[in-house]
Amino acid sequence: MKFGVVQFPGSCDERDAIAACETVDGAEAVLLWHRDADLHDVDAIVIPGGFSFGDYLRCGAIAQFSPVMASVITFANSGGPVVGICNGFQVLCETGLLPGTLLPNEKRRFLCRQLDIEVADTNTPFTRNLTQGDVLSIPSKHQGGRYYAPEPLLEQLEADGQVVFRYANDCNPNGSLSDIAGVCNVARNVVGLMPHPEHAVDPRTGSDDALALFASLAGGRAYV
Amino acid sequence: MSDPTLPTVEDAVKLGLTRDEYALVCEKLGREPVQVELAMFSLMWSEHCAYKHSKKLLKTLPTEGKAVVMGPGENAGAVDAGNDLICVFKVESHNHPSAVEPFQGAATGVGGILRDIFALGARPIAILDSLRFGEPTSDRSRYLLDRAVAGIGHYGNSMGVPTIGGEVYFEPAYETNCLVNAMAMGLVTKETLIRSAATGLGNVIVLFGASTGRDGIGGASVLASAELGEDDADKRPTVQVGDPFEEAKLVECSLELLELGLLVSLQDLGAAGLTSSASEMASKGEVGIDIDIAKVPLREADMEPFEIMVSESQERMLCVCTPENVDAVIAVTDKWEVHGTAIGTVTDTRAMRIFRGEDLVGEMPVDALVDDCPLYDLHPEKPSEPLYAAPEATLDADASLTDTLLALVGSPNIASRLPLFQQYDWIVQSRTVRRPGDCDAAVLALPAGNGLAASIDCNGRRVAADPYTGTVEAALECASNLACAGALPLGTTNNLNFGNPEKPEIAWQLTEAVRGLGDACRALEAPIVGGNVSLYNQGADGPIYPTPVVGMVGELPDVDAAGLLGFQEEGDAVALVGWKAAPSLAASELAKLRGEALPDGLPAVDIDHVMATQAVIRDAVRSGALASAHDIAEGGFAVAVTEACLAGGLGATLKLGDTDDPFTRLFGEAPGGFVVSGPADALQALATDGVPVHVLGEVGGEVLTLAVGDDLVTVPLEQLTAAHAALAPLFP
Repeated sequence: MKFGVVQFPGSCDERDAIAACETVDGAEAVLLWHRDADLHDVDAIVIPGGFSFGDYLRCGAIAQFSPVMASVITFANSGGPVVGICNGFQVLCETGLLPGTLLPNEKRRFLCRQLDIEVADTNTPFTRNLTQGDVLSIPSKHQGGRYYAPEPLLEQLEADGQVVFRYANDCNPNGSLSDIAGVCNVARNVVGLMPHPEHAVDPRTGSDDALALFASLAGGRAYV
Repeated sequence: MSDPTLPTVEDAVKLGLTRDEYALVCEKLGREPVQVELAMFSLMWSEHCAYKHSKKLLKTLPTEGKAVVMGPGENAGAVDAGNDLICVFKVESHNHPSAVEPFQGAATGVGGILRDIFALGARPIAILDSLRFGEPTSDRSRYLLDRAVAGIGHYGNSMGVPTIGGEVYFEPAYETNCLVNAMAMGLVTKETLIRSAATGLGNVIVLFGASTGRDGIGGASVLASAELGEDDADKRPTVQVGDPFEEAKLVECSLELLELGLLVSLQDLGAAGLTSSASEMASKGEVGIDIDIAKVPLREADMEPFEIMVSESQERMLCVCTPENVDAVIAVTDKWEVHGTAIGTVTDTRAMRIFRGEDLVGEMPVDALVDDCPLYDLHPEKPSEPLYAAPEATLDADASLTDTLLALVGSPNIASRLPLFQQYDWIVQSRTVRRPGDCDAAVLALPAGNGLAASIDCNGRRVAADPYTGTVEAALECASNLACAGALPLGTTNNLNFGNPEKPEIAWQLTEAVRGLGDACRALEAPIVGGNVSLYNQGADGPIYPTPVVGMVGELPDVDAAGLLGFQEEGDAVALVGWKAAPSLAASELAKLRGEALPDGLPAVDIDHVMATQAVIRDAVRSGALASAHDIAEGGFAVAVTEACLAGGLGATLKLGDTDDPFTRLFGEAPGGFVVSGPADALQALATDGVPVHVLGEVGGEVLTLAVGDDLVTVPLEQLTAAHAALAPLFP
């Protein structure tokens, strides 16, 4: 199993994502430099958190034009599993791989806290080893994570089970619609979420509730 | 007759030099300086760069010890963190820029200290900050607080460096002149640690990072080395503007250059820009440097030589490499899009020579720039009158014990810091084992299973009451915080924030504080490995409280045993450890709330006894004997117990025995006292010769009950939590 973690200038959590991927037995994780369109035969891709290109213009807006993203889109369109975390989620929304968008937090402040999210759907490569309703303790840290989709799209996402994670126990940190913390695409192989599973893989630094997510992802394409 | 195109002595005075200093510059050059030379001298000889009022004092500080890898003089100090790893760390101030433009001032303060860390080849792993503002009842203070916190978060968060700790105090003495000090830590292996000395004749000087503009011109002299005044809004152009994205690229680029072995030396551009970076590299390497300013990438085409040489544009680095490595260096800077440009060469002239293309536009001996600034003696004199007005009373002198506890728990200096901290990323890089609020010190895990703990502290009110003892207490407080984590100090950094040292009473504060810092750090075997001095912190309303901020880094052998401050288990016993002498209300938080003037002096501190108590706590935390350990500081015993209750979400019932003075018993302050919890027999076993241990009751329930003499304080945790959240409304 080989994970690829995309690195843009301004990425922050890429090394943490590598370490999280490598918690899976026998897994290897490599950095994918944004200017290199070669995906180096990875089986799954993580787009990590941070401030790609300084978040200038709009979070994730510039990163979508990096050469690596054209390859990521091809990989995703052929069914390859892709997970975007925080800034990675924003990048995936900007590319159109994921529905909806992420607006500035309701309180317009950066907010870092440990919170609870509920697994709302397990039919994705990132959640297949979990049970619907599982609550994970996981940190969240961002200034622009308020999930938004227009009403018809939102209804469709709910009807199709594309909401993968929701903030639980009154933990919504940003004013996201319907407490949405993460969504997937129609084909269900691309998942994005604002909280940071790569920072929930070791009880010493907070929790290890997200180990099962990376173990799920290690199944590669074989999830359907 | 002098050349009419040359700047005059009056120009020199406007740039911050004295007439005598200008005469000395002429003597060193053997002629009058041209404009670029005068600009460079005015900065290199400023208080900020030359430490001309503090250098003699700083030489009295202990700088050597068994863990010290690199003492003061480089970009940051370095201590041995075990297993071939070195921790570099330093604190620096950005006070005046933050008082003028708090968001950019604080942001670039963080950016500057981070560059000092990676200039040594270390990856920055943590930020701590130390902030001082006027009372939050003031509009201006709330504005400064809000924007400074946002600025720190903006830079640190965007850089992917966790902000793991810090402190903030609110006192009227900081109303005009706020303080923003930032400390950074980095990790590097012995093999990759790099210094800044330029060596190798014919080697090439490469500038990389942001292009050079007119921002920050004169920041070190005009802004940082003078008192704040009414025209400060006009000084806004001297505040630099930060771009953390540029710096995030610079870190990766610098570390990649080092990993590839392409560099001879590395230096960041901070105060005084190219001028100080290049001349210090030349001074350390005992060489000369030629710079062609025509090659410096500019934001504006028509910049004068002096503007290019003194610009404080942020996010720039300077490196030296061999001629054959230049192409490889530029290739790496291209990869990271940080525009590397060869701008100069290392020479044997021992001079800084500034060229514009073929034309020599300035030439100065390196020694004259770097070493020959006159050092001044201070003329300390203890003030005969109090320097600071008594604060306004906010609590009735006859308030009950319960009301007093609630007022203290909600006072701005004690209330929960979470509303600030949650605006910082404290988890990135996956090392943070103790987050803000978990433990008295922040704790980071290292790969070998050991840990680093860090603390930053200074109670300026106590230093104002007694500069010597107050500073001793600040250093001991840091070491006590480390002890609660289970860590032993490795080294210390400090930021001496004071008023105008040319005034005898400020000179006295400074002299006494440095004496206290030296005595405490010698005793603690926590040598000073680096630091910063920020003087002239005063405005029309007088000087700030003397604020020698102390930052301390320690090591603990097993990071899994790191201490916690909150009560953990119902039924655990609670004990007071230490405090051979009774605490006092002098200069305490309660005295402030009651509107009492500062006392003239504090009770003397028995350093050995405090250290013996710290050793007991540290060993007990390391062995796992304790469930929790918390140092007693502002607000005394009752506040420390409250904090342990709130952090653990558990109440406690404690009996303090008979006393004539329950207020002093509950709220008195003194160094060397700890509130611990754990199994009763384990707590009893802590008592050693000279370190008293009093088991006072146990953890449990949802109420804090303190019986003291005939009085009973009973407060539900819910009520304490609400009081403790007093700062939340400041960040709507």
